[in-house]
Amino acid sequence: MNDVKCECGHVNPHGTVLCESCGKVLEEKEESKKLLDMRYEGSARRSQTYNKTIVDKIWNFFSSVKVGVILIVVTLIASSLGTILPQEMYIPQMTTPAEYYEDQYGWFGKLYYELDFNNLYSSWWYLLLIASIGVSLVICSLDRVIPLYRALKNQRVERHEGFMKRQRLYGVSEQPGEEAMSRLEQNLKAKKYHIRKKNGSILAEKNRFSRWGPYVNHIGLIIFLIGAMLRFVPGMYVDELLWIREGETKAIPGTDGQYYLKNNKFIFQKYDKKKDNEVFGAALDRAGMVAKNYQSNVTLYEKKGDTVAGESLNLKKLKEAKIRVNQPLKIDKFAIYQVDYKLDELSKMHLALQNKDTGEEIGTIKVNLYNPETKYDLKNGYFVELKSYFPDFEFDENSNPTTKSKVPNNPAFVFKMVTPEKPDGEVSFVAIRQTIEVDGNNSYKMAFKGVETKNVAALTIRKDLTLWILGFGGLIFMIGVIQGAYWNHRRLWVKIVDGKAVTAGHTNKNWYGFKRELEGVFEGTGMESPAEQLESGKKG
Amino acid sequence: MVALSSNLLYFAFILYLVATLFFGGSIKSKKDTAGSGPNKWANIAIFITIAGFVAQLGYFITRWIASGHAPVSNLFEFTTFFGMALVGAFIVIYFIYKTPLLGLFTMPVAILVIAYAAMFPKDISPLIPALQSDWLHIHVTTAAVGEAILAVSFAAGLIYLVKVVDQTKASKHTFWLEVVMFALMCTIGFVAVSSSFSLANYESKFTYIDKNGQEDVIEYNLPAVVGPHEGKLQTAAKFEPLAETPAIINAKKLNTVLWSLVSGLALYWLVRLILRKRISASLQPFVKNINLDLVDEISYRSVLIGFPVFTLGALIFAMIWAQIAWTRFWGWDPKEVWALITWLFYAAFLHLRMSKGWHGEKSAWLAVIGFVIIMFNLVAVNLVIAGLHSYAG
Repeated sequence: MNDVKCECGHVNPHGTVLCESCGKVLEEKEESKKLLDMRYEGSARRSQTYNKTIVDKIWNFFSSVKVGVILIVVTLIASSLGTILPQEMYIPQMTTPAEYYEDQYGWFGKLYYELDFNNLYSSWWYLLLIASIGVSLVICSLDRVIPLYRALKNQRVERHEGFMKRQRLYGVSEQPGEEAMSRLEQNLKAKKYHIRKKNGSILAEKNRFSRWGPYVNHIGLIIFLIGAMLRFVPGMYVDELLWIREGETKAIPGTDGQYYLKNNKFIFQKYDKKKDNEVFGAALDRAGMVAKNYQSNVTLYEKKGDTVAGESLNLKKLKEAKIRVNQPLKIDKFAIYQVDYKLDELSKMHLALQNKDTGEEIGTIKVNLYNPETKYDLKNGYFVELKSYFPDFEFDENSNPTTKSKVPNNPAFVFKMVTPEKPDGEVSFVAIRQTIEVDGNNSYKMAFKGVETKNVAALTIRKDLTLWILGFGGLIFMIGVIQGAYWNHRRLWVKIVDGKAVTAGHTNKNWYGFKRELEGVFEGTGMESPAEQLESGKKG
Repeated sequence: MVALSSNLLYFAFILYLVATLFFGGSIKSKKDTAGSGPNKWANIAIFITIAGFVAQLGYFITRWIASGHAPVSNLFEFTTFFGMALVGAFIVIYFIYKTPLLGLFTMPVAILVIAYAAMFPKDISPLIPALQSDWLHIHVTTAAVGEAILAVSFAAGLIYLVKVVDQTKASKHTFWLEVVMFALMCTIGFVAVSSSFSLANYESKFTYIDKNGQEDVIEYNLPAVVGPHEGKLQTAAKFEPLAETPAIINAKKLNTVLWSLVSGLALYWLVRLILRKRISASLQPFVKNINLDLVDEISYRSVLIGFPVFTLGALIFAMIWAQIAWTRFWGWDPKEVWALITWLFYAAFLHLRMSKGWHGEKSAWLAVIGFVIIMFNLVAVNLVIAGLHSYAG
């Protein structure tokens, strides 16, 4: 394609609307307009110039701000749909989503589930929308920033009269004297304008950097989106849940067995009207119980050397820590959070071997409900064998005892009681508040004596190597958005033509402030501040 | 300290009311020749506004000292702070543009916001573990300030619309503008009805069957127009519901919404009967001297100033805190999603401003919609859509 040579001598790329150097109107259709479209300085944007190949067409589609806005609005509406009913991650666990939505919300819930709105934010079409916004960000920015940069770099002091006349702020004054011009210059400098001069004409400019704000913030957003995608690269992200009982030592999941954690104690505290700040009294009366603290006191260990199977672990203590909500424990790239708890989980059950007739107790056994022994010796020929153990007992559909889970929520046992009287042993099925004897005439029974309980803490183990990228993207975004929003690019042209001073002004936004500033700048120079040419802007 | 704190808030509220009257006076005053800047009335008005702001700041600080944490931890405290931030944002923008008219529109909004806040339990509540962090005041205050600055653009947009919408004939523009006025009336209605029945200590208890089939008790503080599912009135000599709701609907909240709508409607018709024209039409004389371009710029500028603050507070600080408290920076909680929606909306607004034809009236409508989204996130997301942020009273 041919470059366009302007009468001022500057060679512009094909498609340029306003000469990069002098501002002369190069496109005929712009000639008839009263005011110039100053967006992107009338520079040659690829999207406005080429439209032949498929690449051109895709480029042009995504380079349109209109398309960008439509994508934003569609994403906005889509996002709102996901808040009508709770997302699947927020419905109670242990429920079947298909049933839950219909049970709770009727036909609407069913429809919601069938449309996959229960996982809306991870649906392919939602991710596609976000990706399109990302593409739009890149193409929109590239399409504009390079030509804009060229145009602002090549602009010269003396602008074409057609350019100046078609600015929103424009005026003509009698030629000022030397003194008036130097006064104007001083005023502009006082307002922090950079001044370029040629043949008595002036270009005063400030805050050009604010023009780059949008592009800087778009770069920030793209970095953020890339960071969000890296989540799916193996090794970048760990999200594990660890249930750990008091006294237990467990490998921290996600760390490949490098770190171990011991839960020394889990603490749950409530606000107490008597002890805590008395101003909370009324609120506590109204709300009842209010939680004050969830805390796991833990010891962190690191494994030393390689362990051969069967050998005991060689753990080196690293530190003691208190993990509380808002105060995760940090180790390497991992953070360990207090997220859930269970108070008073059964840990040991005390049972006594008892003679049913006399009530005489031979001895008491303590069954560790996490890891019971198979035989409990009570001396003198008395011992109890644990034949079967059901930590979370229920009857299955064939009325056979079974266990729902490994958690001792409802422990049940099959004991064989061996005594000198019954050396072959008597079998008894013992559950909470329930004893079943196989033949119905045992002479001994296992009597419930008591339980020991422990608290259990749930900790989330998180590694997220994308965080610093996201943070960096956020920082760049903030810099860009502030750069673009809190400053504006202002220019004033003063050109001496035939004994008259032609003035024109432009700002990319905040015209009101710019006009007020110019009025101050022209004060005492004898020249008129350039006047508003836009009809609606004239009043006031 | 607590008593001093509430008195300061009460005092600030009165001052805001007085300031609004003075702003009104400054517009009506014949001495004001268009464009010559604030007159004596306006100077008094802004002085009273600042005094009110200082009083409310006093409320904020004393309450902080009394409770030991920043008073932004429940709906009453947050909404009150939002009202204060709105006044603060207005004061700053007033000194940039010197338009008393903006005060006449912003101050009533701030007053309504604070009055609305006062309808929630005002007890100082202790912090649950998730809220025990310095990020509580960093995140919440920044987000509220951002939203408040964005709300100033709503006030400016409203001025623009009141002036520019042709009131000589009914159109969809006049209709929607009246809808905005009606919404403001509903807020007044809600505040009036709630305060009256609370002064009268109205209370009626119901037993009902909840959506899981369990029997439960619910207490109404407004007469029950709609009762709960299979509800039985337990308090003697109280209003019997006219209708019953299905179990999945929260009957008490629906009842409150109905009361707000009905009282809003009653107020709206009363005002129209007195004025004998549309509310926005009767506001027109106040705005006749204002420069449309200036109002448009105030509206745009407020978005430009507020958008970065909102991003920082409602998204970035929010994400940092979420990573610390909830283990993940983003979890698609309804409040998070609506913050994102607000952000996307204002991003669309800023991009549309670059296109031709989206200045002026269209832009003013967008500013109104933006405020509706912010209010939705404040009111509906906390009260209707349950989520992690529902620590409402």
